[in-house]
Amino acid sequence: MGSARLYAAVAAGGFRRYATYRAATLAGVFTNTVFGVILVYTYLALWDEKPHLGGYDQAQAVTYVWLGQCLYATLAIQGGGAEKDLMERIRTGEIAVDLYRPADLQLWWLAGDVGRALFQMLGRGVIPFLFGAVFFPMALPTEVAAWAAFVVTLLLATIVSFAIRYLAALSVFWLMDGMGVNQVLVVTGIFFSGMVLPLNAFPGVFGEIVRVLPWAAQIQMPADVLMGETDPLRAFAFQAAWAVALLTAGRLVQSAATRRVVVQGG
Amino acid sequence: MAERGVLLEGLRAYRMIAGMWVRSSMTYRTSFVVTVFGNLTVTGLDFVAILLMFSQVDSLGGWSLPEVAFLYGLSATAFGIADLVLGSMDVLGARMRDGSFDTLLVRPAPVLAQVGADRFALRRLGRITQGAVVLGWALVSVDVDWSAAKVLLVPVMVVSGAAIFSAVFVAGAAFQIYAQDAAEVQNAFTYGGTTLLQYPPSVFGKDLVRGVTFMLPLAFVNWVPAAYVLERPYPIGLPGWAAFASPLVAVACCALAGLAWRTGLRSYRSTGS
Repeated sequence: MGSARLYAAVAAGGFRRYATYRAATLAGVFTNTVFGVILVYTYLALWDEKPHLGGYDQAQAVTYVWLGQCLYATLAIQGGGAEKDLMERIRTGEIAVDLYRPADLQLWWLAGDVGRALFQMLGRGVIPFLFGAVFFPMALPTEVAAWAAFVVTLLLATIVSFAIRYLAALSVFWLMDGMGVNQVLVVTGIFFSGMVLPLNAFPGVFGEIVRVLPWAAQIQMPADVLMGETDPLRAFAFQAAWAVALLTAGRLVQSAATRRVVVQGG
Repeated sequence: MAERGVLLEGLRAYRMIAGMWVRSSMTYRTSFVVTVFGNLTVTGLDFVAILLMFSQVDSLGGWSLPEVAFLYGLSATAFGIADLVLGSMDVLGARMRDGSFDTLLVRPAPVLAQVGADRFALRRLGRITQGAVVLGWALVSVDVDWSAAKVLLVPVMVVSGAAIFSAVFVAGAAFQIYAQDAAEVQNAFTYGGTTLLQYPPSVFGKDLVRGVTFMLPLAFVNWVPAAYVLERPYPIGLPGWAAFASPLVAVACCALAGLAWRTGLRSYRSTGS
């Protein structure tokens, strides 16, 4: 009971911390909206040439674009969430202090990142999405059940996204510098999450591979659940399986890494 | 005379500060090579997106892959040069907040040169290289009847385009003096602008094309002059001579951006912290 309160407080802290930067949030809303407009036009041109590409009609392709803009900061698609601070703390050695805390390291950072994600969604994601819905034809469901299922996929997507970035951050225990890892996060995040193009429009075997990678849990799954393109239970199972696998991997790497810290003496 | 003096002094200051940052980044040579390569990969993603699209279709908005690659190469190279020269402008907001901008004001060198050269990052050569490679490929694969005017127009486009994007960076920096923590607004115009120009104008709505022709004249970076080279209809029915107007547009943009920067600088009030 007490620990649930602790992690709720950490999450609230993550939320408040990002809520402080109001001008940056407004600027982010503006930028995501501009990029959304540019992408929508290119997608419409693409779907004009090839209708039903990836099984989407034009309204679904438009919906996909605005969902991507909504989730871009929420899921820290190209990094820049909790893992950024974690890397810095590992590099400077401040992580030793975190290890002394009577709290689980992974859960502590997950809670903070969930708080951050919630703020980025409300503060930065919703407005571009609404802008898209007002000015472009979108394929949005009317039943409450579809929206409820969508919320569940968003939560699972947040956890998968965190689990990937947590693993990336732990690598700093060995690499001592996060610059290269951050670049890898940018490339894989943008490409394999489907920010450049819906994963179901990727061609051939390559497409089949990217659709089973964990990044597919981040934009593709929520989009397909929202637009009724996939069975929600199948999507939940896919996301949950990756969440469990990656969080477990994170724990194993973490214990290997912390043993290393103890050996070094902090 | 005084104007020229200030310009020379600015260039000198820029060269010295940039040189300092280059030396600092060269200290760890392997790390430098890796970051250039990383920069090349990250910026190459945009073109990979275009290739992915063309793996599904033969044309986009009626334009073939070599034609789109031509637009992409011009936009990416021009933007890459502006980004190398002035790309660090987006740390200006952070400098305003922590008060270190004040230090720049009291130094005996033009502020614009100092801000432009701040954290000068040679790794940004990655973007220029990547853009130039795509442009080179486009030049040999595009189906064009080359004339002297067309050949000459290509380097003119790159240089004027770089100047237009530089003006956007400077105007954005001037805006940051008012807005302080809004570097991302600038990103919408810089990164957003170059992304927009990587696709044919026929893809976008008429109003959007009109906006980036007359209000923020990004269309002169590549859309308008490239229409002449590729013998495509000009966006929104511009007259034939418009293809050669890019250098004039660039000069006008730079003058306006310079004015905005001066006005911004004069209105600057320190945070006092």
